[in-house]
Amino acid sequence: MASEAHGAEEGGLVFHPMDQFIVKPLFGGDHIGLFTITNVTLWMAIAVLGIIAMMIMGTRSRAIVPSRSQSIAELAYGFIYKMVEDVAGKDAIKFFPYIMTLFMFIVFANFLGLIPMSFTTTSHFAVTVVLALLVFLTVTIVGFVKNGVGFLGLFWVSSAPLALRPILAIIELISYFVRPVSHSIRLAGNVMAGHAVIKVFAGFAAIAVVSPVSVIAITAMYGLEVLVAFIQAYVFTILTCVYLKDALHPSH
Amino acid sequence: MASSTTEATSHAADAAASAPGMPQLDFSNWGNQIVWLLITLIVIYFVLSRIALPRIAAVLAERQGTITNDIAAAEELKAKAIEAEEAYNKALADARAEAQRIVAEAKAEIQADLDAATAKADAEISAKAAESEKAIAEIRAGALESVKEVANATAVEVVAALGGAADEADVTAAVDARMKG
Repeated sequence: MASEAHGAEEGGLVFHPMDQFIVKPLFGGDHIGLFTITNVTLWMAIAVLGIIAMMIMGTRSRAIVPSRSQSIAELAYGFIYKMVEDVAGKDAIKFFPYIMTLFMFIVFANFLGLIPMSFTTTSHFAVTVVLALLVFLTVTIVGFVKNGVGFLGLFWVSSAPLALRPILAIIELISYFVRPVSHSIRLAGNVMAGHAVIKVFAGFAAIAVVSPVSVIAITAMYGLEVLVAFIQAYVFTILTCVYLKDALHPSH
Repeated sequence: MASSTTEATSHAADAAASAPGMPQLDFSNWGNQIVWLLITLIVIYFVLSRIALPRIAAVLAERQGTITNDIAAAEELKAKAIEAEEAYNKALADARAEAQRIVAEAKAEIQADLDAATAKADAEISAKAAESEKAIAEIRAGALESVKEVANATAVEVVAALGGAADEADVTAAVDARMKG
């Protein structure tokens, strides 16, 4: 990517593939304080409104035979409910609203980010790291509250030969603490990379000869990004369920 | 990747000065993002857990209930239909049996009448036959008598014509002997 950018710039092209991720205050000023209203605020608010529109406005008729919008809300409900039940087990159902919150936020943020000129909140590590840490802390706390010290059995692979167990325990421990890292970087990285690649192709569109190829490439990437937007939300959610299962049933 | 984009953006003439490389790694605005994220998550959580999810759960439960009820009602109606069919079949079978009984009765009655008529006719016929036989026997007896008389007379005449004197008793005995033979 670097060499492409340099080569293109010498030809008079300007690339700002990462500018779309800049956090800006909405109402002037350069300083970003804790409560400054920024484009992050705007797009998170839009996500909230979208979720309210889908999950509350869509279901307000409470019809036995659902309307289209109600079907979508029910589909989302059923999808996550079944995932929690199947992956994390029946006793994880009380975490369903929490997991639903994560899924709805990520899926809305991802899809809103696909609107041209929008801002993708899930492309920021600040956001995904917090999401992943919330999951990590929840899982760890639930694990210890539910199982006490027995939760450490998660790291003690009792089916392995005794001599191997300490080594496996170290590996398991490392993998446990790497979880939030991979969990957060997977989401932000996927979303960010796709958006940046689209921008790079868009930059090439300035050259008349290349622009048809560029437009086709953007279209293809956009299709891929639609897929990624959903799949990453799905992956994040299902991993949360898997981790939650570890917390509730730590034995291997 | 971070360094490459740093170069790319720093080369750009009007690059936003606030973005050194990846804006994601500009930790100065992390606090802001995290604050808004937590607010967002809390709002979504309450919206979902207080309003949306219970409502959808209620709708789904109600639908399940409706479906179950409808299925039960359908089962009931089906049972009723089967019952009605059975009743119908039974009525049909009864009607058939009744019809058969009536047919059998009628047949028996007709047979009885027929038998009686036949018996009567037979009796009449046999009576008539007996009468006729008697008449025939009488006629036959009469005829035999006549034949004997004729034979006697003829025999006497024949004997007389032959010039003999016919003894009445002899002729009669001879005729009788002939007629028996």
